[in-house]
Amino acid sequence: MKKNNNIISLKNICVSFDGERILKDINLDIRDKEFVTLLGPSGCGKTTTLRIIGGFLTPDEGIVEFEGRDIKNVPPHKRNVNTVFQRYALFPHLNVFDNIAFGLKIKKLPEREINRKVKEMLELVDLSGFEKRSINRLSGGQQQRVAIARALVNEPKILLLDEPLGALDLKLRKEMQIELKRIQQSLEITFIYVTHDQEEALTMSDTVVVMNHGNIQQIGSPVDIYNEPKNAFVADFIGESNILDGMMLRDRLVMISGKKFECVDGGFGENASVDVVIRPEDIQIIPPDEEHICGVVKSVTFKGVHYEMLIEAYDFDWLVQSTKAATIDDTVGLSFGPDDIHIMHKMKD
Amino acid sequence: MRKLTAAPYLVWMAVFIVVPLIVVAYFAFFDGGHFTLDYVASVSQYSNIFIRSIWLAAIATVICLIIAYPIAMILSDMDTSFQGTMLMIVMLPMWMNFLLRTYAWMTILGNNGILNQIFGFFGLGPFKLLNTQGAVVLGMVYNYLPYMILPIYSVMMKIDKSVLEAAQDLGCSRIHVIFRVVLPLSLPGVMSGITMVFVPAISTFIISRMLGGGGNLLIGDLIEMQFLGNSYNPNLGAAISLVLMVIILLIMTIMNQFDTDDDKVLM
Amino acid sequence: MKKSPILSKIYLLLVMLFLYVPIFVLIVFSFNTTKSHSTMSGFTLDWYVKLFQNELILTSLLNTIIIAVASSIAATILGTAAAVGIHAMKKVPKSIVMNITNIPIINPEIVTGVSLMLLFVFFAARMNFEFGFGTLIIAHITFNVPYVILNIMPKFRQMNPHLYEAALDLGCSPARAFFRVVLPEIMPGVISGLMMSFTFSLDDFIISYFTNGSNAQTLPITIYSMTRRKVSPEINALSTIIFIIVVIVLVSKNIAERKSALKKEVKL
Repeated sequence: MKKNNNIISLKNICVSFDGERILKDINLDIRDKEFVTLLGPSGCGKTTTLRIIGGFLTPDEGIVEFEGRDIKNVPPHKRNVNTVFQRYALFPHLNVFDNIAFGLKIKKLPEREINRKVKEMLELVDLSGFEKRSINRLSGGQQQRVAIARALVNEPKILLLDEPLGALDLKLRKEMQIELKRIQQSLEITFIYVTHDQEEALTMSDTVVVMNHGNIQQIGSPVDIYNEPKNAFVADFIGESNILDGMMLRDRLVMISGKKFECVDGGFGENASVDVVIRPEDIQIIPPDEEHICGVVKSVTFKGVHYEMLIEAYDFDWLVQSTKAATIDDTVGLSFGPDDIHIMHKMKD
Repeated sequence: MRKLTAAPYLVWMAVFIVVPLIVVAYFAFFDGGHFTLDYVASVSQYSNIFIRSIWLAAIATVICLIIAYPIAMILSDMDTSFQGTMLMIVMLPMWMNFLLRTYAWMTILGNNGILNQIFGFFGLGPFKLLNTQGAVVLGMVYNYLPYMILPIYSVMMKIDKSVLEAAQDLGCSRIHVIFRVVLPLSLPGVMSGITMVFVPAISTFIISRMLGGGGNLLIGDLIEMQFLGNSYNPNLGAAISLVLMVIILLIMTIMNQFDTDDDKVLM
Repeated sequence: MKKSPILSKIYLLLVMLFLYVPIFVLIVFSFNTTKSHSTMSGFTLDWYVKLFQNELILTSLLNTIIIAVASSIAATILGTAAAVGIHAMKKVPKSIVMNITNIPIINPEIVTGVSLMLLFVFFAARMNFEFGFGTLIIAHITFNVPYVILNIMPKFRQMNPHLYEAALDLGCSPARAFFRVVLPEIMPGVISGLMMSFTFSLDDFIISYFTNGSNAQTLPITIYSMTRRKVSPEINALSTIIFIIVVIVLVSKNIAERKSALKKEVKL
């Protein structure tokens, strides 16, 4: 094996609180200079994972390696890692400058150096001239920028971000997503980002780690995760999906709602029960015929870019997105190609 | 008009809060209908008692602060399920009438009290413990300690725990976190604790009388003596009360200089 | 934050000892056969018997309860009405009223006591009345009302301001809207104001000391005069009883709070 460039390796991490297992045997390698997102619903263990890397939580079992060294017993203030906290956790008794300079003052850097670095940071986050401003007189977006600057000024190898944009409104959130990506690329450091917002994860990340119930469901690039979800949970969580019960008759042939379809997946064995995922935007509406699944249009909603329709067929409500609207109560056919059918193992909880 | 419902209280407030203070000022400055500065001027005769009161109250306040701060920190650090019970246990002695609490120390510190009995067992003493300035300070600390713990504790409870984590994240050791973050953020609690201890301590007459004997008069004793004691002189008593209020007002103004911004933060 | 539990536990224990040892010493010697406070000579309940035969203590206990009940109820009604009105005031009059309301809280008790005494002396000479129940109840209401108001005001701030308007909109008269909608919202503040007034009133010595008359002594005043007359184990017996009552009240309050907290958790 070649020398890896993993900056963080989590090996067999287990954590329980009050008898409840929060993380179940987590294994995760994070490469240097990557933008990694831990994505999952609340309670999935993503924040716990982040707190382990930050040093605020010691796992019950497992090893945490930083550049190949075990750091399980290194306290947070001795780790070369900084955190942007949920709701920022700015020091209310200090102004903008003193908040950002906090870490540098602890390290007893010379004052000239501190002034220079803070100034640079303020420029980076576009807050020049706000030095003397009280924290309480900043908008949410500005507080966010101070929190990022306060962490980055210490030049960490890794920046941990715990749902940092959660408190901002949609427009500001979009701006900050682009901003964060720009900062990460210009500083060339590793960002580990926690969010429950799948769109945020897809927009910014190099690698997305999807988590649920204390397990890692899938690790991959945003494109892989979206196009090739490994199981029905990932498919459902990333974007909207139709998830149906299906039967794999043999390799590359699946039966859905009593009809046989060609597909591209194999290796499930013969007559195996599987989950079938079909994205709503991959389905075309055609006139009804014998070959395709046919159903009755139950609702049509205008969504701006496209129409969203619910079509009931064989006791399943299909979600279909199309630029053309169908008529309610019409019977229509649903068409999709072999590439659009994603087969996955039945989900075990 | 909803404002009208406050009318009865406004009348009450005027008659029983504002007017009595005016009467105090009147007694301090007027004698038999004539304006005089004699009473206010003669307060300076008792400057040694004023200095002693301020000194003993200040010592008691500082001791309370030193004892209470770690207690408040330990309490706010506990499991929330346990905290309510612990707080109750700490505050429970305060619910005993403070005359009884002071009386308890009277019996403990006396020449035949339990402390001297213990010293005697080791062949020491008996020491003069009761009727000393030390006993007065002890009584103040014992009676007013909960007033220091409570405000500091409640401010500490409101400190966002993630702010403490942020400090650690930025390189603070545990000691650093306390001095750089916890202490400045808890300052408003410390300030109100100081006033809540200092004001009753400087104006007490029970503690000094029960534990200090006759030789350690405080301002409170002086005032009490002018109204209900041997040297009946309400004009002088009013003048002393007025000076006491001015001293307290001055000290509180000085204290408020320390936390100009912080109370806004904790609103 | 990591804690150093052993060190902090020891510290907590030491402070607890400091707080509780004097009270336990009092309790132990309430059962002593002699008047000594340092050596136990034998066990007796004599002091308790004497305590219950002491007419002065019993009447002053009754006085204390009458005054506490009367003044706390009066202060709560006066204070609740006041809080409603103050809440509706504009900024400047509001801050003036609140600043004056704070005076009895900030001012040393002895000054409040003395100022009320001077007021009563002033009027007693002109209107021919005596110090007694009347002056005590007035004094107690005066130092209790501010606590009632301070307990209720935050409840108004937490309350949705449109609640009252919504009630009017749905056809309530202003008075009805207050009793049906506003009062239930501020009720926790009213109750805690009442409880606080009641306990402060029971416990007060300094202000009562300056405003009482010979016909209406309260228990703290009687205790004070007993302590002046040398050490007496009857006080110890009284302390023990008071301590037990305090423990019972606080523990049951604590348990009740825990139960309601548990219920809330279950609902979530």
